[in-house]
Amino acid sequence: MEREVQRVRAAFGSGRSRPLTFRRRQLEALRAMVQEREKDILAAIGADLSKSEFNAYSQEVISVLGEIDLVLEKLPEWAAAKPAQRNLLTMLDEAYIQPEPLGVVLIIGAWNYPFVLTIQPLIGAIAAGNAVIIKPSEVSENTAKLLAKLLPQYLDQDLYAVVNGGVEETTELLKQRFDHILYTGNTTVGKIVMQAAAKHLTPVTLELGGKSPCFVDRDCDLDVACRRIAWGKFMNCGQTCIAPDYVLCEPSLQDQIVQKVQEAVKEFYGENVKESPDYERIVNLRHFKRIQSLLEGQKIAFGGEMDEATRYIAPTVLTDVDPDTKVMQEEIFGPILPIVPVKNADEAIQFINEREKPLAFYVFSHNSKLIKRMIDGTSSGGVTGNDVIMHFMLSSLPFGGVGSSGMGAYHGKHSFDTFSHQRPCLLKTLKREGANQLRYPPNSQSKVNWAKFFLLKRFNKGKLGLLLLTLLGILAAVLIKVGPQWLPGEALSWERLRSY
Amino acid sequence: MSAISEVVQRARAAFNSGRTRPLQFRVQQLEGLRRLIREREKDLVGALAADLHKNEWTAYYEEIVYVLEEIDYMIRKLPEWAADEPVEKTPHTQQDEAYIHSEPLGVVLIIGTWNYPFNLTIQPMVGAIAAGNAVVLKPSELSENTASLLAAILPQYLDQDLYPVINGGVAETTEVLKERFDHILYTGSTGVGRVVMMAAAKHLTPVTLELGGKNPCYVDKDCDLDIACRRIAWGKFMNSGQTCVAPDYILCDPSIQSQIVEKLKKSLKEFYGEDAKKSRDYGRIINSQHFQRVMGLLEGQKVAYGGTGDAATRYIAPTILTDVDPQSPVMQEEVFGPVLPIVCVRSLEEAIQLITQREKPLALYVFSPNDKVIKKMIAETSSGGVTANDVVVHITVHSLPYGGVGDSGMGSYHGRKSFETFSHRRSCLVRPLLNEETLRARYPPSPAKMPRH
Repeated sequence: MEREVQRVRAAFGSGRSRPLTFRRRQLEALRAMVQEREKDILAAIGADLSKSEFNAYSQEVISVLGEIDLVLEKLPEWAAAKPAQRNLLTMLDEAYIQPEPLGVVLIIGAWNYPFVLTIQPLIGAIAAGNAVIIKPSEVSENTAKLLAKLLPQYLDQDLYAVVNGGVEETTELLKQRFDHILYTGNTTVGKIVMQAAAKHLTPVTLELGGKSPCFVDRDCDLDVACRRIAWGKFMNCGQTCIAPDYVLCEPSLQDQIVQKVQEAVKEFYGENVKESPDYERIVNLRHFKRIQSLLEGQKIAFGGEMDEATRYIAPTVLTDVDPDTKVMQEEIFGPILPIVPVKNADEAIQFINEREKPLAFYVFSHNSKLIKRMIDGTSSGGVTGNDVIMHFMLSSLPFGGVGSSGMGAYHGKHSFDTFSHQRPCLLKTLKREGANQLRYPPNSQSKVNWAKFFLLKRFNKGKLGLLLLTLLGILAAVLIKVGPQWLPGEALSWERLRSY
Repeated sequence: MSAISEVVQRARAAFNSGRTRPLQFRVQQLEGLRRLIREREKDLVGALAADLHKNEWTAYYEEIVYVLEEIDYMIRKLPEWAADEPVEKTPHTQQDEAYIHSEPLGVVLIIGTWNYPFNLTIQPMVGAIAAGNAVVLKPSELSENTASLLAAILPQYLDQDLYPVINGGVAETTEVLKERFDHILYTGSTGVGRVVMMAAAKHLTPVTLELGGKNPCYVDKDCDLDIACRRIAWGKFMNSGQTCVAPDYILCDPSIQSQIVEKLKKSLKEFYGEDAKKSRDYGRIINSQHFQRVMGLLEGQKVAYGGTGDAATRYIAPTILTDVDPQSPVMQEEVFGPVLPIVCVRSLEEAIQLITQREKPLALYVFSPNDKVIKKMIAETSSGGVTANDVVVHITVHSLPYGGVGDSGMGSYHGRKSFETFSHRRSCLVRPLLNEETLRARYPPSPAKMPRH
């Protein structure tokens, strides 16, 4: 493992990932891989999650292609030095922020969207000029094996390596030193990753989870709301980090919501959901049993059918759910939708705030004031109002969690920034030493008075004003050098200067 | 519950009350801080003098003025920064509202340090307050006068529940770190930085670590050595070398080494007189342990200037070492003292190689009239930040974020970056409940065949 990381680090050290042309070529090769090997990719995802080709394409592949296209278009802009606003004392200097690669990035993927959650971060890491080690989740083993086979066929083999394996291999990998680690997965392992990173002072981006609440207001179009909620909830059989985990609503709406969600499920998956090619399966037996146990003691409004042999769990809605029961204690990550009745929006806000900050928050209402109030009154990684999932799709919005749901963010430019060091640079000349005289010892009251004058007085940024001030600065320096009779210490009192 | 737990819980309860949310409240607190500085400047200077032998001018110039600037800037910009930030939309989201909503994180812990004990505790605090958080301060116990003073006067000017000060040593700091915070900003050493991050990991608390390193200072043959050496001497010897962005060591061609030594000496005499011990402006080492440490680095070195110290007053003379061996102890740790090693290199490439073989430093300095040299040095190295043809000053520009990379730290602050560091930038997409037709394509059942694309 150590040798593998050393090899990748040496490749980074060669400097070949620095030129933008190199990074572009790698991204273009990645795009070629996705387009040429589409069938293999869709098949692997399909095997891991019982996902149809259409779903695998529309849920994973399309986002990857979109991201590559965006990055290729914007890379020159993102990688360029950004001029920074200067202050009075640096007006004539060059000040900018220069993005640079961090070095070797580790990306630990997840199993629920095994392709996009590994490749989308990879795109950002490559764009920022890093070398990358990818550790796909072993739970989605077909995709993991495929990535190990395909990536070396299209990308630079030394700069971008795939490491596969289970807990043991991951632990070994985490002992090595990286310059950034992006981990997608659960809160518990997130802590382990951060602890391992702490040993090397490696910054981390942790994309974790939580129970994403979904508040449905009485003032809303329930048909539309329920269809959108059902879509986001049951896609990938509920195994989506930003799926609406549970619904909060007034008791009077509960029955209608159940009915309309049931109608939507029928629209989507037909009478016999088990036979729909669009309905996925639970990834493994362990998760199947876990979700099964969440139904114990619950009022099942519809659904609840299970088949262990195929790891099938029917789309299920629970009503009058008690907040203290098991299904409300952990992220469901399955096709179970609990409805928890609350009196009103305020009670919903309170309910949400008593719990860990979730990855996503959803609210359905015609009343935009209510939506704003709920956003202001809660916290979460992100928000979609009157829909679910969609804030993930707009790459100008940073995607990440807060509190237990994670730290840091990525997507689009935010990926590039995450995987770069934004290095501030101030380039002065060896001239205009006069302006520096105020700062050198020996100190005196007059020097400090002048310093206060320059540093604290607010000026319009008019060029003439600035020129005048620079001249004044030089004048001050000269006066100080010339002699005590010119010192402003007497003319400008301490008190008057304080008032600036 | 321990006393420390109680203090943190009280701060959290105060945060949960919601009173930090209105901008007006935050501005009031910042104005309180500004009043504190103006009214208690004498006390602050007294504490800094006792801790580090600062005087009313060095205290003002090196610490206090930047906090005042930050407060003014923050108050002025807060409405703009706290407002929702619209983002670029795609054709699919034209009908929607898409923006980033900045919100407080909750309870922030700021662990200060001892070399600029006022600035490095309070300047981060300004950003944390502006972003709407409760803030727990843990000043460094090494600068004990400043720590006691802060504990005494902050409650007189700021909300007492929201912004408590916790003092103490390693034991108390360890206890504080067991509590749960929503962000921790730590300024100090790399070693303790790891400990802080480990503790933070248990609660999944994001961290900003302002650490250190050996900041190289490359001096090109072709530059105006008078000016270069004056600027280097100023940045190196302020606060007796105890500055995280001080130029740690010089890299230069052997042919200019003796000139550099002469010109540094000249500047030092201008600044501090013949005997720096008698200068009011020359600092002292913070404690005996660091005094011994720095003096120890001189062993076996060629001392071109200075080299003497007085343990009783913890005074170390401004010292310059020449022909320093890169393997010797003085080149293995951050000097953090008034000792300036000069390491000879025969070319820019050799300098770059020496720099890149080591951990990424907090700052990098390069003196040259040749822009190509400067750009090459920047392009082939990494560091927290860079100043060319001067030292230290890149950290005084608001728009340039202040922070490290690699072993010199993670995250950054100052100006707007402070506000962002202490906020959660929450992505919001608000759609209308209409336009259901346009979304039909995304709902199952999927088309019988995969569409051609």
